[in-house]
Amino acid sequence: MNDVAPLIEVEHLTMRFGGLLAVDDVSFTAKPSQITAIIGPNGAGKTTVFNCITGFYKPTIGRLTLRGDRDYLLERMLGHEIGRTARVARTFQNVRLFPGMTVLENLLVAQHNKLMHASGMSVFGLLGLQRYRTAETHAIEIARRWLERIGLVVDADRPAGELPYGAQRRLEIARAMCTEPRLLCLDEPAAGLNPRESAQLNALLVSIRDQDGVSVLLIEHDMSVVMRISDHVVVLDYGRKIAEGPPAEVQRDPAVIGAYLGTAEGEVPDA
Amino acid sequence: MGSRLPTMLKDAGLTTLVAATLGIFLVGFRTVDVGSRTGLGFDYQFFDLGVALVVIFFGRLGLSLAATGQRWPAIALGVVMIAIGASPLKLPSGFLHWFVVLGGLLLVIRAAWPWANQALVSAAHTPTGRLVDRIGSKWLGWLLLALAILLPFTPFADQKTMDLSVLILTYVMLGWGLNIVVGLAGLLDLGYVAFYAVGAYSYALLSTQQGLGFWAVLPLAGMLAASFGIVLGFPVLRLRGDYLAIVTLGFGEIIRLVILNWFDLTNGPAGIGSIPGPTLFGAVFAETAPAGQQTVAEMLGIPFNGIQRLIFLYYLILVLALITNLFTQRMRRLPVGRAWEALREDETACKALGINPTNTKLTAFAIGAMFAGFAGSFFAAKQRFISPESFTFIESAIILSIVVLGGMGSQIGVVLAAVLLIGTPEWFRDLGSYRMLAFGLAMVLIMVFRPRGLIAHREPSLRLHPVRRAGAP
Repeated sequence: MNDVAPLIEVEHLTMRFGGLLAVDDVSFTAKPSQITAIIGPNGAGKTTVFNCITGFYKPTIGRLTLRGDRDYLLERMLGHEIGRTARVARTFQNVRLFPGMTVLENLLVAQHNKLMHASGMSVFGLLGLQRYRTAETHAIEIARRWLERIGLVVDADRPAGELPYGAQRRLEIARAMCTEPRLLCLDEPAAGLNPRESAQLNALLVSIRDQDGVSVLLIEHDMSVVMRISDHVVVLDYGRKIAEGPPAEVQRDPAVIGAYLGTAEGEVPDA
Repeated sequence: MGSRLPTMLKDAGLTTLVAATLGIFLVGFRTVDVGSRTGLGFDYQFFDLGVALVVIFFGRLGLSLAATGQRWPAIALGVVMIAIGASPLKLPSGFLHWFVVLGGLLLVIRAAWPWANQALVSAAHTPTGRLVDRIGSKWLGWLLLALAILLPFTPFADQKTMDLSVLILTYVMLGWGLNIVVGLAGLLDLGYVAFYAVGAYSYALLSTQQGLGFWAVLPLAGMLAASFGIVLGFPVLRLRGDYLAIVTLGFGEIIRLVILNWFDLTNGPAGIGSIPGPTLFGAVFAETAPAGQQTVAEMLGIPFNGIQRLIFLYYLILVLALITNLFTQRMRRLPVGRAWEALREDETACKALGINPTNTKLTAFAIGAMFAGFAGSFFAAKQRFISPESFTFIESAIILSIVVLGGMGSQIGVVLAAVLLIGTPEWFRDLGSYRMLAFGLAMVLIMVFRPRGLIAHREPSLRLHPVRRAGAP
C-alpha cells in the first residue's frame, strides 16, 4: 500500500489569520481509494486545513497538489474551479443543502457543469433538443441511484429542508458524490447522528471507498467512526501535526493521548 | 370576560394616549395663511382629533376582544363603526368617514378571520375543495390568460380600462423580468428601473434620430439593456444581500442622473417627444398616414377609431409579457435555472459544487435586464414621450413590491400583485389624496395574512415521482 502514489499531497501548509497561526507547517498525504481521517481537539485547525484544500481559504504558505489526469495546484485555483476541474467535493460542518429545493433538485444542481455543457449553455435546452433531454434523463438516473443508496427515494420530491437531520447529512454526502469527485472531503459527517445512523454512515463511507473508488478525507470527533473505517489518521493539535499513521497505532501514541486528555505536567511531549 | 375587561380598557386607553400625543401636532393644529402681515396663524381641528381618538379607542378595544376570542362583541363594534361612517351623520371631514368605515371593516375582518380560515381549511379537504384547489393551481394561469385575451371584446373595454390594462401588463412584464433576478437568483436589485430606462431611451433615440422602426429596435434595446446589466453587474455581483441592494440602488440613480444631465444626447429633463408608435406590418395607427405609409384602418378597410391603437398596444404587451413568462418557465427547468435557485439558497454550497457564482448571477442579471429593456421600448412607443421623471426610484420599488407581494419566484403571484398594486390606486381614485392610504392598508393586510406573499407555493422544476391524482391515496 505504501508504494502507491498519493492522491493529494499537502506540503508545509500554513495559514495565518492576522496574529493567529491556525495551521502551522502541516504536511501529509492521502492515498487513492483510502479513507484518511484528520482528528484533533477543538480549535486544532482541522476545518482550516479543509478550507484550504477546497479553496475557501488561500493558504499563507504551502503547496497542495492533487494528482488526477494532471497535477492540480489547488492553492492557485479559485474556489469553484477546484470543484469543477480538480474534482474535490466537500460537505460542511453545519449541513448546507438547498433547503427550499427538492431532494432530487439538490442532486441535479450537483451535476450542473455536466448538464450545462449538454444544454449548450442553455441554448439547446431552450430549444428542447434531444441531446439535452438524454443528458437530463441520465442525470436523473444517477440521482436515483444515489437516492437508493441513501434510502431517500420516496422523499425525492420533498423539499430538502423538511428532511430529518440524519437524512440531510446523508443527502449532503450524496450531493457531493453526484459531482463525480476524485476526493471527497467530509467535515464531521457523524456530528449529531444517533448510533444507528452513525453505523449507516460508516457503511456508506466504506462503500464509497470500495465501490466508487473515491478517496475520502474526513474530519471527525466520533472515534467509533474514525477507528472503524479509516485507513490512515492524521492528528492535529494547536495547528501542528502531532501524529500520523494507521488508527491502531495513533490510538496508542502518547502525544495523541496527551493532546486529548492532557499530560501530568499539562504539556504535550514531543511527538 | 369580566376579569380581562379592565386590562383591555387600560390597553385601549394607552393606545389612545399615544395616538393623542402624536395626533395633537399632526392633526390638531394646522397652519393657515391668514393673509395679513402676521403671516401664519393656527387653525384648530380638535373635534377631528377627538373623533379619531374615539375611533382608535374602540378599534383597539375591538382588536383585543377579537384576539381573546370574543368575536361577536368585536364584530358588533366593527359594524357600529361602519354604520356610523356610512351614515349621513355629519362628521367634520370626508376623510373621517372613510377612516371610521375602514377601521370598522378591518375590525370585522380581523374578528371573522379565524372562522374564514377554518372554513377555508375544512373546505379544502372536501372532494369538491380538492377539485377546486387542483383547478386553481393548474388552471388559474390559463383562466387568467383566457380572460386577458378576451378582455378587449368585452363591454368593459373602454378607453380607461384598456389604458389601465396596458399599464398593469407592463408591470406584470417588469415583475416577471425582475422575478428572475430577485425571485429565482435571490439578488436584491433596487435599481431595476435603470434597465427599463435604457430600453426606453434606446428606442426613443434610435427611432427619432436614426429613423429605425419599433420592431427593429426591440431586439436591439433588449441587447443594450442586457449589456448594461453585464457591465454594471460584473463588478457588483460579488457583493451579497444588503450591500448588493445599496449598490444597485446607486446604479439606478446614476443612470437616471446621466440621462438627466447628458443634455446633448437625451435632451435632459425636457425629455424626448414625438416618438413614433409601433407599426402593424408597416402600417401606422393614426387617422391620416404620413407620406409613403398606410394607416391600419386603410389596410384592414375598417373605419378609424382611437381605441384600435390601444387594443393593439394591449395585445403587444400581452405577447411580450407572455414571452417573458414562457422564457422564465423554460429557464427554470434548465440547469442554469436550478443553479439560480441554488445560489439563492446557499452560495457557499454552490461554490463547493463547482458552480461559478459570478457567471450564473450575471446570466440572471443580464436576462432580467433584457426583459426590462423590451418593456422600456414598449413604454416609449406607447407614451410617445419619455423623460427621466418616469424612471425614478419609486418605479423600482413598485416593481420589487410586486415581486415580493406576489410571493418570491411565483409567476401567477406577480400577476395578482400587479393587478392589486397598480389597479388599487386607480380604483380608489375617488378617495382623492387618501388613495395611497387604501393602497398602504391593502399592502399591510396582505403582509399580515400572507406573510410569504400571495402565492408562496413552489412547484419543483422536475419530479421523480409523478403527482398522484387528487383523491387517490
